[in-house]
Amino acid sequence: MSEKSNGKARVITGNEACAEGALAAGMRFFAGYPITPSSEIAEVLSAKLPKYGGVFLQMEDELGSIGAIIGASLTGTKTMTATSGPGFSLMQENLGYAVMTEVPCVIVNVMRGGPSTGLPTLPSQGDVMQARWGTHGDHQIIALAPFSVRETFDLTVRAFNLAEKYRTPVILLMDEIIGHVNEKVYLPSEDEINVFDRIRPTGSLEEYLPYEHTKSRVPAMADFGSGYRYHVTGLAHDETGFPTNKASEINKLMDRLDQKISMNREDIIDFDEYMMEDAEIAILSYGSTARSSRHAVRLARENGINVGLMRLRTIWPFADEEIKKISEKVKLWIVVEMNRGQIAHEVEWAVAGKIPVFKVNRIDGDPINPLQILEKIKELANVQL
Amino acid sequence: MFNYDQYLRITKFPLIWCPGCGDGIVLKSLVRAIDKLGLEKDSVCMVSGIGCASRLTGYVDFNTLHTTHGRAMTFATGVKMAKPDLHVIVITGDGDATAIGGNHYIHAARRNIDLTVILFNNHIYGMTGGQVSPTTPKGMLASTAPYGSMDHTFNISGLAQAAGASFVARASVHNGVQLENYIAKAIQNKGFSLVEAMSPCPTAYGRRNRLGAGVDMIEDLKRDAVPYSKAKKMTPEELEGKVVTGIFINEEHPECRSEYQKIIDRFQKEK
Ligand SMILES: Cc1ncc(C[n+]2csc(CCOP(=O)(O)OP(=O)(O)O)c2C)c(N)n1
Ligand code: SF4
Repeated sequence: MSEKSNGKARVITGNEACAEGALAAGMRFFAGYPITPSSEIAEVLSAKLPKYGGVFLQMEDELGSIGAIIGASLTGTKTMTATSGPGFSLMQENLGYAVMTEVPCVIVNVMRGGPSTGLPTLPSQGDVMQARWGTHGDHQIIALAPFSVRETFDLTVRAFNLAEKYRTPVILLMDEIIGHVNEKVYLPSEDEINVFDRIRPTGSLEEYLPYEHTKSRVPAMADFGSGYRYHVTGLAHDETGFPTNKASEINKLMDRLDQKISMNREDIIDFDEYMMEDAEIAILSYGSTARSSRHAVRLARENGINVGLMRLRTIWPFADEEIKKISEKVKLWIVVEMNRGQIAHEVEWAVAGKIPVFKVNRIDGDPINPLQILEKIKELANVQL
Repeated sequence: MFNYDQYLRITKFPLIWCPGCGDGIVLKSLVRAIDKLGLEKDSVCMVSGIGCASRLTGYVDFNTLHTTHGRAMTFATGVKMAKPDLHVIVITGDGDATAIGGNHYIHAARRNIDLTVILFNNHIYGMTGGQVSPTTPKGMLASTAPYGSMDHTFNISGLAQAAGASFVARASVHNGVQLENYIAKAIQNKGFSLVEAMSPCPTAYGRRNRLGAGVDMIEDLKRDAVPYSKAKKMTPEELEGKVVTGIFINEEHPECRSEYQKIIDRFQKEK
């Protein structure tokens, strides 16, 4: 999808772009509970969804919101909820339920400072690890992070496509800056958007295996009420969907759940490279901090330092292979993020000590300034490694 | 003889329920009620939480959804709002619905959303081995109330009624026919309907409190049952220890999904 499009120019926020993207992707059921800085997503959708024949529901809390979107998705509807830190914490148990039962849905977390009530109106990227491991048990997860208003639209559409394609919950990690920034955008028209719908079964009820170990690792999913009566449970289950304690069946399920993501990592992983061709110093960033990082790259280049930026659009699964490859061409990494180094740790793991990994962090609610990054670049450019 | 098998997933038997557990009687009443109403199996969606009672969904041949502890009502709300043609029936326990899921329970009732809730009240946490529940009567023993439960109990039916439910009834497994009739009425009601089914748990509650086997506990339920019509004329002292059975409320009022449809239709007309 290109940044420019035939559409009319509009000035909207990231939260509005998220709501628009969801509608464009075919989302027709939203349940949520108000929380800053995500509430505008719910507000926009409460007005728009009934016009599309869809349903908006304000639930009693976030536990209920995610429960409702999983239930609605099982009827064949594309569903979404949106929240921020404290609400995202409350959703973790049912997020795992959606992973285990393979119910597509999109969970938006407009990150704010934490822990606890923290900084309700200020940005943070402190939930990237929670997105990865917040629910209990071994599991795979997909999480995307947009860095502009237009990209929020695009990645919201993509979040739905990935959820449907891989029968899995997908997390859209925005941050307060992206959620609230106003930008001029050209939103694509309907025919410019690719929309993927879940594969539904075509055979007989007797033959239908809702958790079949298919070659693609993604079983066909029937809508409740469409004639394929089946059982959905968060208990470990066999291919028929019924609970099992058999080690061989449990291994089969757990391997398939892992493989449907790991086998398709190239399809899911998505990042942008900016001035990386001749870079000696590589910055890695995502979300709003990637904006400051890009600015810092330009400033550093003006100072004659060869810096580039790897900007992650897919946070999970992690682009470890890709980072490893880039590490052969650059002499060091600087990971820029609004937390104490959650992704920096992943980069260190990927690089495995071959080159050093430095960090630029901030956790006080102030965005990271390009000059703060530039300072680090200058400092490291002169160091003999 | 009524043919239960046509609604059951016989290959998934034996049931996990203990001998003497009352839950099987509720299951049978439920299946007969569905049969009586002539509901298509494809049109029924059964949603449960976590607990012994909630395992019911694995044994019946409908669209079945076994969710997380306390949250069945929220999943069911999603199903109903997205696909209103489905008959959505919630299977839940006293702990599931009124402890961990208490908030969802009162809000589903407040919305008067068209769900039929069959709440199995056995006064205890059965599945986890007999811990105290919000419905364990004062003084009774539980594994986490070794000196007797101290707290007041929830009046589960009263709670739903106060929150806005349009059909509320209580029956006990000693009278399966009444249970069946109430469940059928509950399904027919367009709105939030509760049937509180009193069901004994001999294993995790009866044994510790020396209440005998399952059959003895059913005898006790029979002895203690007081019809609502009679109970209305009794004093609170006289009602101490009794189980009031009957239909407490049955009056239609605006239902959540139908009200939402009016908003959708408004925009369809404008087009
Ligand atoms: C979040 C969560 N907390 C605790 C549990 C453990 N747990 C499983 S069933 C149950 C109690 C069930 O009691 P009740 O709802 O009364 O149903 P019963 O087993 O008596 O039918 C508990 C506490 C759980 N599964 N999930
Ligand atoms: S523990 Fe109690 S409620 Fe659970 S199956 Fe046994 S008798 Fe029934």
